[in-house]
Amino acid sequence: MTAFELGVGGLILLSAFLSMAAGIGILRFPDVLTRLHAATKPQVLGLAVVLLAIVLRVPTWGVVSTAVLIMTFQLLTQPMTAHMLGRAAYRSDHVRRDLLIEDDLGRDIDEHEHELERAPESDELREDGPAR
Amino acid sequence: MTPLAIIGLAAATMFGVGAIAAIVRIIRGPSILDRALATDVLLAIAMCGLAAEMAINRHTDTLVVLLVLAMFAIVGSIAIARFVAKQDAS
Repeated sequence: MTAFELGVGGLILLSAFLSMAAGIGILRFPDVLTRLHAATKPQVLGLAVVLLAIVLRVPTWGVVSTAVLIMTFQLLTQPMTAHMLGRAAYRSDHVRRDLLIEDDLGRDIDEHEHELERAPESDELREDGPAR
Repeated sequence: MTPLAIIGLAAATMFGVGAIAAIVRIIRGPSILDRALATDVLLAIAMCGLAAEMAINRHTDTLVVLLVLAMFAIVGSIAIARFVAKQDAS
């Protein structure tokens, strides 16, 4: 077994370990936001290392460009998914607030509501309420 | 049995553990958001598994499948997230 194959095997094993860690993480973490943290491991780093393993095994330009495209789309779409899921979780109260150390969004929402209370004459201007 | 095949067996076991844990979360998940998230993780594990199989057997047949999955994995989760948000806002 050459050192090259050992490197490829190590990358594959790292990806597999990250996948297993993500599975155990979403099984054991307490709420949606903490599970989001575990879920991003195979989505970004796991796929990146295993694509690197493919590029090392089949080093042609076609494979390299396709791998770059796959990683680009993954890096574009997965943060959007995580953002939308986290936003929906916060709004529909699936967040365990006793586990939060700091709630920046809640503080901003409170401030905005106080501003609205202090300026009731401009209510019709802000009829659609805080930015949703 | 080549060394890379043994590594592939170990990796398949770990992928399997992760996938089973994600499926358990899909079944048990208290909210629809947990289920959407676990489905995303299951898809990511499937992508990693396909790619690992390609790297071990030294072919690139399913690279296009990975590309399409990376492009369209976003649709389901965002649809679910938008639906939950709108339902709760009204």
